[in-house]
Amino acid sequence: MNEQLKMVREKVAGRPKLLVPQTAGFVYCPGCQEPLAARIIAEVLEELEVGGKSIGIFDIGCVSFLLGVLDIDALNTPHGRPPDMATAIKRAYPDNIVFTVQGDGGLLAIGADPLLGVLTRSEKITIIMLNNTVYGTTGGQMAPTSLVGQTTTTTPEGRDVTRFGFPVHAAEMIATFKGVAYCARGAFNTPANYQRTRRYMKTAFQKQMDNIGLSFVEIICACPPNWHMSPQDSLKWIEEKLILEFPLGEFKNVDRLE
Amino acid sequence: MSERIFVEGNVAISWGAATAGCQAFYGYPITPQNEITEWFAREFPKMGRIFVQSQSELGSINMLYGGAAAGIRAMTSTSSPGWSLMQETVSDLANAELPCVIVNVQRGGPGGGPIRHAQQDYLQCTKGGGHGDYRNIVLTPSSAQECCDLTQLAFYLADKYRNPVLILSDAIIGRLRETVELERIEFGPVPDKDWAVGGKARHRDGRRHLVEHAGDLYGRYPSYRALLQRLQEKIKEMQKAELRYEAYKMEDANLVLVAYGYTARVAKEAINMARAEGIKAGLMRLITAWPFPDDLIREKASEGSRFLVVEDSLGQLIEDVRCAVAGRTEVHLVGILDRHIPTDGGMIMPDKVFSKIKEINEAESGGSRGYHE
Repeated sequence: MNEQLKMVREKVAGRPKLLVPQTAGFVYCPGCQEPLAARIIAEVLEELEVGGKSIGIFDIGCVSFLLGVLDIDALNTPHGRPPDMATAIKRAYPDNIVFTVQGDGGLLAIGADPLLGVLTRSEKITIIMLNNTVYGTTGGQMAPTSLVGQTTTTTPEGRDVTRFGFPVHAAEMIATFKGVAYCARGAFNTPANYQRTRRYMKTAFQKQMDNIGLSFVEIICACPPNWHMSPQDSLKWIEEKLILEFPLGEFKNVDRLE
Repeated sequence: MSERIFVEGNVAISWGAATAGCQAFYGYPITPQNEITEWFAREFPKMGRIFVQSQSELGSINMLYGGAAAGIRAMTSTSSPGWSLMQETVSDLANAELPCVIVNVQRGGPGGGPIRHAQQDYLQCTKGGGHGDYRNIVLTPSSAQECCDLTQLAFYLADKYRNPVLILSDAIIGRLRETVELERIEFGPVPDKDWAVGGKARHRDGRRHLVEHAGDLYGRYPSYRALLQRLQEKIKEMQKAELRYEAYKMEDANLVLVAYGYTARVAKEAINMARAEGIKAGLMRLITAWPFPDDLIREKASEGSRFLVVEDSLGQLIEDVRCAVAGRTEVHLVGILDRHIPTDGGMIMPDKVFSKIKEINEAESGGSRGYHE
């Protein structure tokens, strides 16, 4: 095999060095897109050559599996609190790369207090939010991001706005804060969106390395078991419903806070 | 080298922390501990150390989790309602075995309560407070000097046992201005924090470090049972080695007062009044509210000494005293309902305690062995 082919193969099908081999079995459900998030985090940290100084803080929920997936220093925390830990660790080690991975419930419901805290103080951290519109680990309850009319175990008749309100748009909201350097929303439903999301992730970490301000990436992730869909139908639902409610793109990208 | 400063108890706690090498403080405003937070806000930046004003007590305690996980000496302080808010993470800190120091300058409760002094958090502080099986060492200063010294001790004990250590103060001790000898106390070596996070590149073995609050998921312990066994061992080690108290005029005492914090000073004065009248009263002043001196109290009770608990609450410490006494003798209480005026500014005064001492002394001993209050 020639060298170029080897490189291409490694790039397409190789395993990033920062991913821990899953020898004890794969923890994720069929069609889950969290592993894709793990993969791009690992790839991007490798490309930026910061794996040795990265500290990941993973919330309660399926994201806590990352503790066994990413080969970096890491913490898991009480539900919703990773931004607090990130604050303290980044202040203690300003040269390290400190990031959190949280679900939509963990960041926007129980974690709204620490989120507002880090946004206000403009902590130089990166927050990655996986938005699957439900509480995944606990069996698919309504989350702040559930669509209007979406059926979940706590909205069996569908999310009714008079009782449960409207979905929260994290990326749009976070972009309004002056302390934020970068804010984007991506998805994994197509290869093109996957590549774009990967670019968002790299920019977000780059902003932290450049010490500019808080960076945030929201990723729409499929949760087929809790959506009661096949993995393929899940991709269709993301395309047809979720992206309409949660448009993709960069919402803020600055090199200086003002 | 030592230096003398004239400060209130709250500020003495701050000086104690700085002297012990505390690198980071996270705090949220709440009366009556604001002097502590404001001291760190003012002094820590000058020392090149970290001060963060958190967005809530939940923020403070979780930042403390982060700072402790990063392996630095870190602290937060709060008062009763804030302490309640922190409980989930206090439980997590114990499970994750993260060394850190938490100060609770007690105020009145329940609920929002009055913002003035009280001693109503004893049970919450000594019995855990959060969910699950754990114990924190609880240090209870009763002077500005002790505020400074016990804070230094707290950092040492936290590192020694990889466990949170609590300083249980109250609004009166916190606001009491006294002379303090500011001196760094050497307690001896503490274990390396070779488990802390800081990026793989920082670690000698180059392997990743995980800090997790489940204990057995990623290899810190082989099983949940092993984690619980370690926690139990640790509780026993701390109980055995860290009990601290002051015995005041106890040798010949047949009436033993038990108190901590500001009421211990009140009790001491009452004992002096009683001794002047020939009553053999003595004081068991708690320096650690946990571990608790069960054995000593049991011993005194077996000798027939009677007990009087002086605490500014409806009766919390008295439960531990009764438990140790186990019906052998009488246990009385001077509590929050015995304050000199019925407002939230009322205090337990020495003459009230003295009159209770006289009353117990005059009453015939050996009658009922039930609960006297």
